[in-house]
Amino acid sequence: MTAVTLTIDGKLVTARADETILQAARANGIPIPTLCHVDGLSAHGGCRLCLVEAGPGGRLQPACVIKVAEGQDVRTDTAKLREYRKLILELLFAEGNHVCAVCVANGNCELQDAAAAAGMDHLTLDYTHPRREVDLSHDRFGVDHNRCILCTRCVRACDELEGAHTWDMSGRGANSKVITDLNQPWGESATCTSCGKCFMACPTGAIFRKGATVAEMDHGRAKLDFLITARGRKQWNV
Amino acid sequence: MELADLAAIAEKERAARPPVEVRCCTAAGCASAQADKVLDGLKKAAADAGLDGKVRAVSVGCLRLCSRGPLVQVDPDGTLYANVTPEAAPSVIAGLAGGPVAAERLDPAGPFFAGQASVVLENSGRVEPERVESYIAADGYKALYKAVREMTPAEVVEAVTRSGLRGRGGAGYPTGVKWATVAKNPGDRKYVVCNADEGDPGAFMNRSVLESDPHKVLEGMAIAGYAVGANQGYVYVRGEYPLAIDRLTTAIKQAGKLGLLGTHVFGTPFDFRVDIRIGAGAFVCGEETALMASIMGGRGTPTPRPPYPAEKGLWGMPTLLNNVETFANVPRIIRDGPEWFAGIGTEKSKGTKVFCLTGKVANTGLVEVPLGTPLRTIVEGIGGGAQGGAIKAVQTGGPSGGCIPAELLDTPVDYESLGKIGSIMGSGGMIVMDGASDMVDVARYFMEFCMDESCGKCVPCRAGTVQLHRLLTRIVDGAAGPDDMARLESLCHMVKDTSLCGLGQTAPNPTLSTLRYFRKEYEAKLRTDRRVHLPVYTPTVNGTPARRTP
Amino acid sequence: MPTAPPAAEARPVPHPSGDKRFKLLEVAMKKHQFRPDALIEVLHAAQQLFGYLELDLLLFVARHLKLPPSRVYGVATFYHFFALKPRGRHTCVVCTGTACYVKGADGLLAALRREAGVGPGETTPDDNLSVLTARCIGACGIAPAVVLDGTVKGHVTADALAAEMKGWVPGGTG
Repeated sequence: MTAVTLTIDGKLVTARADETILQAARANGIPIPTLCHVDGLSAHGGCRLCLVEAGPGGRLQPACVIKVAEGQDVRTDTAKLREYRKLILELLFAEGNHVCAVCVANGNCELQDAAAAAGMDHLTLDYTHPRREVDLSHDRFGVDHNRCILCTRCVRACDELEGAHTWDMSGRGANSKVITDLNQPWGESATCTSCGKCFMACPTGAIFRKGATVAEMDHGRAKLDFLITARGRKQWNV
Repeated sequence: MELADLAAIAEKERAARPPVEVRCCTAAGCASAQADKVLDGLKKAAADAGLDGKVRAVSVGCLRLCSRGPLVQVDPDGTLYANVTPEAAPSVIAGLAGGPVAAERLDPAGPFFAGQASVVLENSGRVEPERVESYIAADGYKALYKAVREMTPAEVVEAVTRSGLRGRGGAGYPTGVKWATVAKNPGDRKYVVCNADEGDPGAFMNRSVLESDPHKVLEGMAIAGYAVGANQGYVYVRGEYPLAIDRLTTAIKQAGKLGLLGTHVFGTPFDFRVDIRIGAGAFVCGEETALMASIMGGRGTPTPRPPYPAEKGLWGMPTLLNNVETFANVPRIIRDGPEWFAGIGTEKSKGTKVFCLTGKVANTGLVEVPLGTPLRTIVEGIGGGAQGGAIKAVQTGGPSGGCIPAELLDTPVDYESLGKIGSIMGSGGMIVMDGASDMVDVARYFMEFCMDESCGKCVPCRAGTVQLHRLLTRIVDGAAGPDDMARLESLCHMVKDTSLCGLGQTAPNPTLSTLRYFRKEYEAKLRTDRRVHLPVYTPTVNGTPARRTP
Repeated sequence: MPTAPPAAEARPVPHPSGDKRFKLLEVAMKKHQFRPDALIEVLHAAQQLFGYLELDLLLFVARHLKLPPSRVYGVATFYHFFALKPRGRHTCVVCTGTACYVKGADGLLAALRREAGVGPGETTPDDNLSVLTARCIGACGIAPAVVLDGTVKGHVTADALAAEMKGWVPGGTG
């Protein structure tokens, strides 16, 4: 595979031609925020946090999808990007019912971390306070749709790693919802293997292990990364 | 099938044509006004009067002035009747011999008709859409013959490039460039897809073309298939268009029977099969990656480009996607030559464009004009101006477009000029608004549309349109303050810049264009009594990170 | 490593209800060689046969196309055309496209609410009438337009629509 040279935030960087801008940036210690991205799962491009200014005219491109190119000039941290990222996070907080004070993932939540990193201290948009359900029918896990940011990480982990495809997205637009089987209670799912990969993939407290109380939850993301490397690269990093 | 066979079919068809043909539009607009009964009435009256062999009543496609249907036109003298009721049908036949006709008579040389061009719609209202012979008699499939028998694929691509044809779906991407890209990309299989998922509210051009002249679209697709090396075509058509689906199905069957589609087209090694895929009601499927996801049986959610469909499309193979009207232009370009086509229109926008002129305008219906025609000629000349009062604005481009104020009516209608004034050409919807339209409510209407049609995949479109809709509703309700306006604008720009696909990227356009031209209407609705409780959003960055919850 | 026998051999069983329509649906699926990418065509066929898509029916489709149930449900709920609940005996679809909006589609919806007591997406308690909206039926030349039990009516006024509703809703106003 050929190597290409590009500039990221003024820094000259070399990357393999098949790498994404995100991979190249992270390999060189340049952070780009993400929410829907998980290394090793297919790219989704939905959260738009990883947008960077790439190419002529400063066009915004999702770093998780766009491949590096020779001579590319990428900017990951401009005033415009910071403003937009903050607004994207505001939209997410306004769209669901995110109450950190009663959340099992408090202090261990990628949405919360992103908000802190973006310097959010309040919302300028209306909270929409949607009516959403909590499903506790599964014997080991629960899903609180109030905390779901519709990133589809659970859907992809279940499909691509476990192969069960228990989860999918139903409805559309603001009525989108992650479902198990035919939108049945999770506990009644005929396809679920109770493997917990969806829970490991969840960036917030939407999918949680039962019995965990506020701020107690450990997602076990390390286990997910272990599995991804083991399956993808046949490397068992214990 | 040889050229001689094609000529023989055309000759037989012409020979069988009686001296007088009474053509009744049975496309969807007229059909909803009982055109089928009118046609039956015409047929029966002709038979009763013993005019077999002299007069024939036939079903044709759109005669353009949809608001006054059912329309009936007499060939060859061109007499045109509007609002023909089933009861009045016998009098139309009697009128051929000079009797009184109990229907409104229109002047085919009047401003609505005289100002129009006929390239895409050349056969509309003339050929019988349900009979391939009728299309062949109108020189149909000659272009396909010429392409597959007399030209190399590269020459076909070259001809389309030289014609200057640009995508008629809205964005105006050069068609020849697209074809060349698909042609040169390697793939075991390639696909040609006709986008007939006409989702813009207030637009029915594609439906009219499919209902009036389905073979023209199929011929264009087959030529494209030959040019790019594809053997399979799909027409993705809206489920809301049952008549178009029926006529297209019939056309595919008839063309297949004559060897014009299927294996060994015109006796060459070129195979081309066309299948219909029926949409299930999702505006976002007009976006090409979403459309392909839908053809493959999935949720119609778009994926980031690149890779473009020309590289990796249906089932990962190079795929050519064009709109109905784009394909309908192709046969003429091949038959009459790219130079002929490039002679119509402006320097950068060649050819004609079909518009659906609707709303508060005297003449509503289907309009085809050379590109570069001033908007005023279309709405005031052809359209006859506003019904009653004065024109306030013209909306083009549907939910992705903008509202053009009356003072800019002299703008020529081409891709660049419309873009410059904050609207887009779009697929061809053109809705005239008068003083009764509240422009803020118009912006709210389109935002509601986009909110309902957002697929939900990316955050700015899914949640941003909801917030924008709330803000617009608050302004319409008179509950908003100046800070809401600032928030509205900054959010518009953010949704435009950060959304994944065209739906989200263009969703703020109607709002931005009404803000640009009708800002006073917004400001007149704002509360001035006191500041609202929410602080102003200023697009600056607060460098201090928020306190982490322990 | 031992491999599992190819699951493709497992033929899904016919529907236990013995309802003939399931047989017809199987024929429709066979026409598409039970290809998973034909899911939308199959759902169109299923809705045509059954009127709406019950969970049981979706599961039947999932089994025959060998698709995960969540995928079938996800697709069925993505598109406007597919209904997961039964509709009323009569349907009135009000077009809310731009041309109809400019020419007063709101007034038609208000008239329906007045006459039938239901709004868009709702069905009268006696299951006689479902009111729906369409984003644009492409009949802009004759706006405002409604579709009554599949028949398009153009240039509709609120009064004319109210008159049409007389036979469909008991006693007119709800």
